[in-house]
Amino acid sequence: MYQEIFSKYTPTKDNLIYILHDIQDNDPQHYISEEAVQAISEYLNIPSNHIYGVITFYSMYSTKPRGKNIIRLCESPHCYIKGSENILRKLKNALNVGIGETTKDKLFTLELCACLGVCGNAPVMMINDDVYGDLTEEKIDEILARLREVK
Amino acid sequence: MKTLADLKKIREKAQEEMKLRGSNVRVKVVVGMGTSGIAMGAREVMKTFLEEISQRNLTDVLVTQTGEKGLSSMEPVVDVVEEGKDKVTYGNMTPEKVKKVVVEHIVNGRIVSEFVVTTGN
Amino acid sequence: MSLKRIDLLICCGSGCVSAGALKIKEKIQSVLKDKGLLNEINIIETGCMGPCDLGPVMIVYPEGIFYQKVTVNDVEELVEEHFIKGRPVKRLMAQDKQEQVVSTAKEIPFYQKQVKVALANCGYIDPESLDEYIAQGGYEALGTLLTEKKPADAIEIVSKSGLRGRGGGGFPTATKWKLAAGNKDSQKYIICNGDEGDPGAFMDRSLLEGDPHRVLEGMMIAAYAMGASKGFFYIRAEYPLAIKRIKGAIEQAREAGLLGKNIFGSKFEFDAEVRTGAGAFVCGEETALIHSIEGERGHPSAKPPYPSDKGLWGKPTCVNNVETFANLPTIFLKGPEWFASMGTKTSKGTKVFALTGDVKNTGLVEVPMGITLREMIFEVGGGIVGDRNFKAVQLGGPSGGCLTTEHLDVPVDYESLKEKGAMMGSGGVIVMNDSNCMVSIAKFFLEFSVEESCGKCSPCRIGLKQMLDIMERITSGKGKEEDIEELIRLGEAIKQLSLCGLGQTAPNPVLSTIKYFRNEYEAHIRDMSCSTSVCLDLMHFNIDKAKCIGCSLCAKKCPVTCISGSKEEKFTIHQLDCIKCGTCMEVCPVKAISKIPQMNDEVKACREKQRLQSEYEE
Repeated sequence: MYQEIFSKYTPTKDNLIYILHDIQDNDPQHYISEEAVQAISEYLNIPSNHIYGVITFYSMYSTKPRGKNIIRLCESPHCYIKGSENILRKLKNALNVGIGETTKDKLFTLELCACLGVCGNAPVMMINDDVYGDLTEEKIDEILARLREVK
Repeated sequence: MKTLADLKKIREKAQEEMKLRGSNVRVKVVVGMGTSGIAMGAREVMKTFLEEISQRNLTDVLVTQTGEKGLSSMEPVVDVVEEGKDKVTYGNMTPEKVKKVVVEHIVNGRIVSEFVVTTGN
Repeated sequence: MSLKRIDLLICCGSGCVSAGALKIKEKIQSVLKDKGLLNEINIIETGCMGPCDLGPVMIVYPEGIFYQKVTVNDVEELVEEHFIKGRPVKRLMAQDKQEQVVSTAKEIPFYQKQVKVALANCGYIDPESLDEYIAQGGYEALGTLLTEKKPADAIEIVSKSGLRGRGGGGFPTATKWKLAAGNKDSQKYIICNGDEGDPGAFMDRSLLEGDPHRVLEGMMIAAYAMGASKGFFYIRAEYPLAIKRIKGAIEQAREAGLLGKNIFGSKFEFDAEVRTGAGAFVCGEETALIHSIEGERGHPSAKPPYPSDKGLWGKPTCVNNVETFANLPTIFLKGPEWFASMGTKTSKGTKVFALTGDVKNTGLVEVPMGITLREMIFEVGGGIVGDRNFKAVQLGGPSGGCLTTEHLDVPVDYESLKEKGAMMGSGGVIVMNDSNCMVSIAKFFLEFSVEESCGKCSPCRIGLKQMLDIMERITSGKGKEEDIEELIRLGEAIKQLSLCGLGQTAPNPVLSTIKYFRNEYEAHIRDMSCSTSVCLDLMHFNIDKAKCIGCSLCAKKCPVTCISGSKEEKFTIHQLDCIKCGTCMEVCPVKAISKIPQMNDEVKACREKQRLQSEYEE
C-alpha cells in the first residue's frame, strides 16, 4: 500500500523525514498510522522506536487521525499582539473543538503553531498549504464556509 | 549553457523582453491613447511603432502610452522624447507616417518637420 | 520582441498572497480578456516588494506607478482608467510625508533609505524565470569566477568584503569557508539554512520565494570556494512556496547546464537538492539541522568538532544562511570594495530586516549596516502608529534583547548592539509603543523558547521552564519579592551552561526587560498592577456609574453574563466572573467602561482568602 510512495526514495535513513511527510500528506486523515510506521521500518531497515522518536520530536507529524483541513493558527508574539486570541476563540466556537481536536465531520483539525513568517499580515493561519493573513472574525466565517463547500 | 558568451546571449535577449521595466532607454515614444486618440486610430499607430522597432531590433527605444493630450483635432498624437533634447510632438499620425518617423527621426536623428505639431514642453 | 506595452508586476510574496493578491490577478486576467487586451499586457507575479502593510501592492511599468491596498473591486477602474486611458488611479497611489500623492516607489518614504543588495531582484523579476534572473546579471558572477579564478581567490574576495553570516551568528563567512577548504577530505557539503523560525522574521522566506536563483548562485559560489560538490537547501516545511520555488530553480539550472559536471566548461561539478524540516525551531542551529538531514531527531551537538571539520555524515560541511548566499553574486560582480564601502568598521554591507509591530510601514527592508535605530523606526518605518509613543524595540526575536528610547541613536551593527545587551539576530525587528507590557512580551518569547527546546540539556530544558513558571506567576498577580533576582540568577546560569545557541540566548528577552523596565516587574509584583492593562489578571474593567446611561447593551453582549443592573441603578460588572474579553467596553455607546490597570480589590481579597485557606489546609 505504501510501495508507491517508497519507490520514490532510496531506502536510506536520511529520507525518513521526506517519507513521513509524504505518507502523512497522502493519508486522508493526515496522520502516520502504526501500520505505516511498521512499513517504513521494514523499508528503511530502522527500528520503529527510532521512527517514533523522530515523529514525536517534530511538531508537524501526528500519530492520531486528523481532519481533511489542518488549521494551524500562529500563536507567536506578533500575532498575539494583533489579536490571535480573539481568532482562536472564534475558531473554537465556530468549529466546536478545542486545540488539537478534530470536528465530528472530520473536516477540520485545530492546532496552534509557531511563527509562520508572514508577520506583516498578522494575525495569520495556515490551512494545509494555504496561508491566510489579516484575519478577522468575519474572514474566518468566509474561509470556513468556502472550505466546507469543497468536495 | 557552456560559456560566458552563451550567458551573454541569453542575457541580452532577456533584457529586451524586460525593457518595459528597464532603465537603458535612449528614446521614449509616447502614444496618446485617450478616447479620441483611440477613435482616430491610435491603437494602429501604437502597433506599427512596436512592429517597426521590433523589426529593426532597436533595443534602446521604448514605446509607451498616455491619456488625453488635449489636442483632439490632431489625434493620433505621439511624443518622441530623448534625453537632453526637446520633446517633439507629432500629430495626425498614421501607420505610414509612423514608418517614416522611425527611420528618419528615431534611427537617423532627423525630425520629420511636416508631421510636427509642436516642440518643447 | 513581444507587442506588450505594459509590464504589470503584482507582488506575490506570502504576505500579499494572504491578503488576496492571487484573486486580484485572476480578476485582472478576466477583465483584460473581456476587453481583448491580454496580448498587450504582461502580468508578472513577483516576490516580496517590501511594504507588507500596504499590500496587496503592484507596480505598473514603464511609468513605474506604485499602487497600494488594491482590492478586487478596484480592478475594473484600474484597467479602464490606467491601462486603457493612460490615467493612473490616484486614490490607489501612495503618499509622501507631506501627504502628497506620489507615483513611483522611489518617492515613497519607506524606500528612501533602503539599499537593495540581497533584495535587488525581489519584487522586480518573475522568480520562476531563469531568463529574468540572467537579464539582471544572474550567473555572470559564477561564470567569471569559475573561468578566471581559483577557489582561494573566492575566499580572498569574500574576506575583503567583510561579509559576516546573516543568520544571527555574524561569523565571518570567509573564515568558515577557509576552515572547510583546508580539510583534505574529498567529499564536502554546503548547506543553505532556510529554517527561519524566529518569530517576526521573514527575510529568508522572501528571498527564497522572490529570487531563488540568486540564493542558488550564492550557494554555488560558496561550494566552489570551499570545495563542496553537493549542496542541500534545508527549508522549513511551513514555507511551501519557498520549497516549490527553490525546487523549480534547481530544475531550471540543471536543464540549462548550470548544475552537474563541467559548469561553464570548468572542472567544477555541483548538484543541489531540497530537504525540508517538520516543525522544530531548534533545527535552525547548524548541528541540529545536520542531524535532521541525516534522518534523526534535531538535537544539537557540542562543538568542537565544528561542522567544517565533521559535519553532515561526518564530512566537512559549511552551513550558511539564505541571506549570506544572496549577497554573494553582487559582491563578486561589483567587487568586495564596493560592498565594504557600506556599513561600519566591523559590519560591512547591508542587512535585510523584517520591520513589524507598532510602526506605520511594516514590511521587509534592506538598509546599510550602521543606520541608527531612530532612522530605521522613524524614517524607514514611518514612525509609531496612531498617537502613541515609542517604548521599546526588540531585535533578534527570542534570542535578542530590547532597547529603549535612550538607545535610539545606537547604530545597527553587530558590535554596537551587543554592547547594549541586544543582538542583531537574523533580522526580526519588533517596534513597540507604550501600550505594550514588557513583562508580557518577555514572557511570550520565553514561552516560545520553552516550547521549542529540544530537551537534551538540563539548563535549557529545566531552567527555562522554571523561569517561565516565575513569569507566569508575576503576570497573574502571584509574583514574589525575590522573583526578579531569581530570574536574573537563573537566566545567567542558563546562558552559561546551555549546550547550544537556543538555550544560550533564550533568557535574553527577560534579562534585558528587567534591565530597562524593572519598574514594570516591580509594579506587577508589589502593586499587582499592569500599567498597560495587558496582563488580564492585573487589570479590570470598570463601569463609571456617572457616565452609564443604563442601556444594558453591555449586559446583553457579555458572553458570560457577568454584568447586571437596571436603568435606574446603572450597571455593574461582577469582577469574580469577568473573563476580561473587553466586549462590554467595545459596545458601550457612551464610553462609560474603561480599563483600570490594577487587580480589582474584590478579586484580590478573594485570592488572599483562597491562599490563606490552602495554607491552613496544609
